Amino acid sequence: MSISALISLAFTALIIENVILTQFLGICPFLGVSKKRSSAVGMGMAVVAVILLAGIITWTLYHYVLSPLKMEYMQTIVFILVIAALVQMVELIVKKISPALYKALGIYLPLITTNCAVLGVALLNIRKDFGFAEMLVYSLFIPLGFLLVITIFSMLREKIEMAPVPKAFKGTPIALVVAAILAMIFSRFGGLI
Amino acid sequence: MNQKQNFFKGIIKENPLFVTILGTCPSLAITTSLENAIGMGIAVFFVLVLSNLIISLITVNPKMKELVKPVRIPVYIVVIATLVTIVEMVLHAFLVDLYNSLGVFIPLIVVNCIILGRAEAFASDNKPLDSVVDGMGMAVGYTLALMSISFFRELLGRGLITIWGEKSVNPIQLNLVPIFEFIGIEPINMFLQPVGAFLTFGFILAVLAAIANKKSAKMASEVKQA
Repeated sequence: MSISALISLAFTALIIENVILTQFLGICPFLGVSKKRSSAVGMGMAVVAVILLAGIITWTLYHYVLSPLKMEYMQTIVFILVIAALVQMVELIVKKISPALYKALGIYLPLITTNCAVLGVALLNIRKDFGFAEMLVYSLFIPLGFLLVITIFSMLREKIEMAPVPKAFKGTPIALVVAAILAMIFSRFGGLI
Repeated sequence: MNQKQNFFKGIIKENPLFVTILGTCPSLAITTSLENAIGMGIAVFFVLVLSNLIISLITVNPKMKELVKPVRIPVYIVVIATLVTIVEMVLHAFLVDLYNSLGVFIPLIVVNCIILGRAEAFASDNKPLDSVVDGMGMAVGYTLALMSISFFRELLGRGLITIWGEKSVNPIQLNLVPIFEFIGIEPINMFLQPVGAFLTFGFILAVLAAIANKKSAKMASEVKQA
């Protein structure tokens, strides 16, 4: 795997195949935790840490434990347990090492277990038949794309709270329309590569 | 609450997708065709009904419930993940087309908030029969919601809706292409892309909110008159 191929994979993961706007993973936190920018950034950071760790652990488990034992069919069960345990562990470690960071991220960590982006990326790493380097790049840049989009989206939403929106569109409907416009913008980036 | 109310609350009053806004990821990703939506709905139906049944059987015994309480989330997740793996294998064996078009979203049923949500909110406190009926209602409500989103997306995006195109001799088909040609426009391809997913979902929610607003306004005026 050459460096240029890795860079193009990183760019694809970050923008062209953006996790929220084209792959539709992690929509629940995208709609749920994007009302304020500070909480959106906190959630995004926590997702970056968890997806990267989960990607590395699940990839290693799959290739060095499940695959030699011919137990590939167990991947969903094993992965989700690993992710649930990992989230708990990250929570404990962060609590011990940095109480300030825990205060900022703490409430988002338990929510990440049911964020489909985490299990989604772990499964996609296997389905796309990635090697270690590719997996590392993919599991870093997919959540960075999540962070990017949720930050932009939360800034837009803060403005929309003030805007005079038709009564029926208040809340989630207008947020979805805004997401549609963002998706339209991001779909045009496809021509870059 | 009788069984009928228990069943129908999942379809209208507590519709998982349109009212509580749970399980949004698959509802945006796989609703490009009505066929996918039905397939996803059936998979969710199977998983939700069985997970509700198994979890309520576990928690129906008070001693067992007390024992499971501190580790209940991992227990629920293992039950759900096992059922999802079964669904995945069955689809892979018998319905390869559907398996390919749903892709990664079949294993992702595990983290669909609806299933864990019903386990936590309903099945763990209710009798097995009630939980099964609740699961059926919720799954049917979810399927109908998915179908309504994909109906608009496929109709506007492709101009025609085909169900079981390759499998049967005379597939069910709804063709709007002549109407599009009559007006002089092409089917709006945008609706099959991510943009259309967000837009359709947003507009359906807005229409439902408008109906709910009207109803509550009517009720308020009736109260005033009385």
